[in-house]
This record gives sequence, C-alpha cells and structure tokens, in this order.
Amino acid sequence: MDNEKQMLKDISMIDFVLVDLMLYLDTHPYDRNAMEYYNHYNRIKNRMEKEFSMKYYPLNKNMADSTKEWRWGMAPLPWEGGCR
Amino acid sequence: MWSYEKRLQYPINIKEPNAKLAQIIISQYGGPDGEMGASMRYLSQRYSMPYREVAGVLTDIGTEELAHLEMVATIVHQLTRNLSMEEIEKSGFANYYVDHTVGVWPQAAGGVPFNACEFQVKGDIITDLTEDMAAEQKARSTYDNILRVIKDPDVCDPIRFLRAREIVHFQRFGEALRMTQDKLNSKNFYAFNPGFDMCEDCGGNKDECCKTC
Repeated sequence: MDNEKQMLKDISMIDFVLVDLMLYLDTHPYDRNAMEYYNHYNRIKNRMEKEFSMKYYPLNKNMADSTKEWRWGMAPLPWEGGCR
Repeated sequence: MWSYEKRLQYPINIKEPNAKLAQIIISQYGGPDGEMGASMRYLSQRYSMPYREVAGVLTDIGTEELAHLEMVATIVHQLTRNLSMEEIEKSGFANYYVDHTVGVWPQAAGGVPFNACEFQVKGDIITDLTEDMAAEQKARSTYDNILRVIKDPDVCDPIRFLRAREIVHFQRFGEALRMTQDKLNSKNFYAFNPGFDMCEDCGGNKDECCKTC
C-alpha cells in the first residue's frame, strides 16, 4: 500500500472513532471520559487531514487553498478505487 | 448546511465487476429499506422534534446515512465498471442498462423506483423514533440477506461495516426514545404530543396549563 492510501486509511479510521463517539455523546452528554477521547482524537484527526491535504489533495473545502491550479476540483473522486 | 469530505467513510476497492451483484445491492441505494430512505427519513423528522438532543441524534445519524448512500453507490458503480455487452445480457442487467446505462439510479432490487412513501414523518416523537428503530433493523436484515448471497470479499467487507452501523444506530435511537420517555408522564406517555401540544414555558400540555404559566 502506498503512503497516500495508507494515510487516507488512517484518517478514515480516526474519523470513524469520532463519528461513533459523537453518536454516543449525543445520548450521553455528560460522559467526561468520552469527551476526553473525543477531544484527543479530534486534534489528531485535524493534524492528519492538514498533512494529507498539503502532501496530496484537499479532503474538504477548508483545506482547498490553491495558487496554480484549483486543487479541490482536480482531486480524485472517492468512488474511483478498485480496477480502473 | 453540509460540507463534503472527499473520501469514503470506509474504503471500497472492488477488483471483479459483477452486474448480478450490483442489481441486488442497489436495493440499499433506493430500495424500501435503503440508505436514501434512511437519510431522508431522519433528516426530515428533525424539525418536529420537541427535544434538542433527539433532533441532534437524527441530524448526526442522518448525516452518516448520506455517507452510507455514497458507499452503496460506490459498490454498485465499481461492480458495473468495464462490462461488455455480452456480460450485461448474460447477467440479466439489460433491463436496467436500457434506461440508465451504467449510471446509479435509486431503485429496489426488483426494479421499483425510490418513493418517499418508503418512510414516514409523523410529527410525533414516539411514533417517529419507533419507526427509526424498526428501519435500522430492516436495513440490518437486508444486509444479512445480501451477505448470504455474495462471496466476493471485496464486497462483503464494506457490507459488513454497513451492517454493524445499523446495530449502533438502533442502540442510539433506543436511547433517544428512553430520553424522551424520561421527559414525559410515566403514567401515560401518550397523554399529549410534545411536538404539537407542549407549552414552551412549562413543558406540560398547553391546553391545560396556559392559564397558570
């Protein structure tokens, strides 16, 4: 697996932790341990997304700052995987 | 509002196209218990929810369903890539092909188009949350049925992920229903519809309390 794919997989894994924790916190809004987990992984995820966007392509519009070409529009589409 | 993330919630890389499978799996795109119905159900039910926490659960689960909708579409798309005319005819895909080529269109496995009648917005929190719990179980059963039909590990893997999420969502909706009942009269949860009859000042029935608060 190349570095781009591996990094994208890591981001997906960490974002999954956040999605699942978010739903848990929606129904357990006073669970301090869960909030600590959320804050911790959210910081890591933001850092990883920024690094990925600088190295490869922007994953969302907040990371889409461009100079020579519009990087957001040129980025690969999520459904392109598998055999081409 | 929403903003888009340019990645799938769970990776999908299917190596072997298979139009027969695509025709089965498309049911989770636009079928009776599919992700289109799921996302539209939860995102539409939010507005008449009397409690902020419950509207929050519906927003976040509805949003995750949109990511699942994209995953199911990706599976269908990758299963129908690079098909020859012969494969299309042999796999029984010609009926779909004639109307949509290999585009992804919301329909059930049996060809029935997506229809908003596949879900309800009743404007009653107990009714709507009970439907949501049933919807998650119906989607889980559909994924179980799909997993009995397919053998390709590239397809099974993301389908198993989607199946597991239905169980988590069922759990959260159950908790949302419990939170709702905690706020209502335990002697009669159906005494009034808090989305319609509730006094904004005291949380009681507005027909009975408005003279005092």
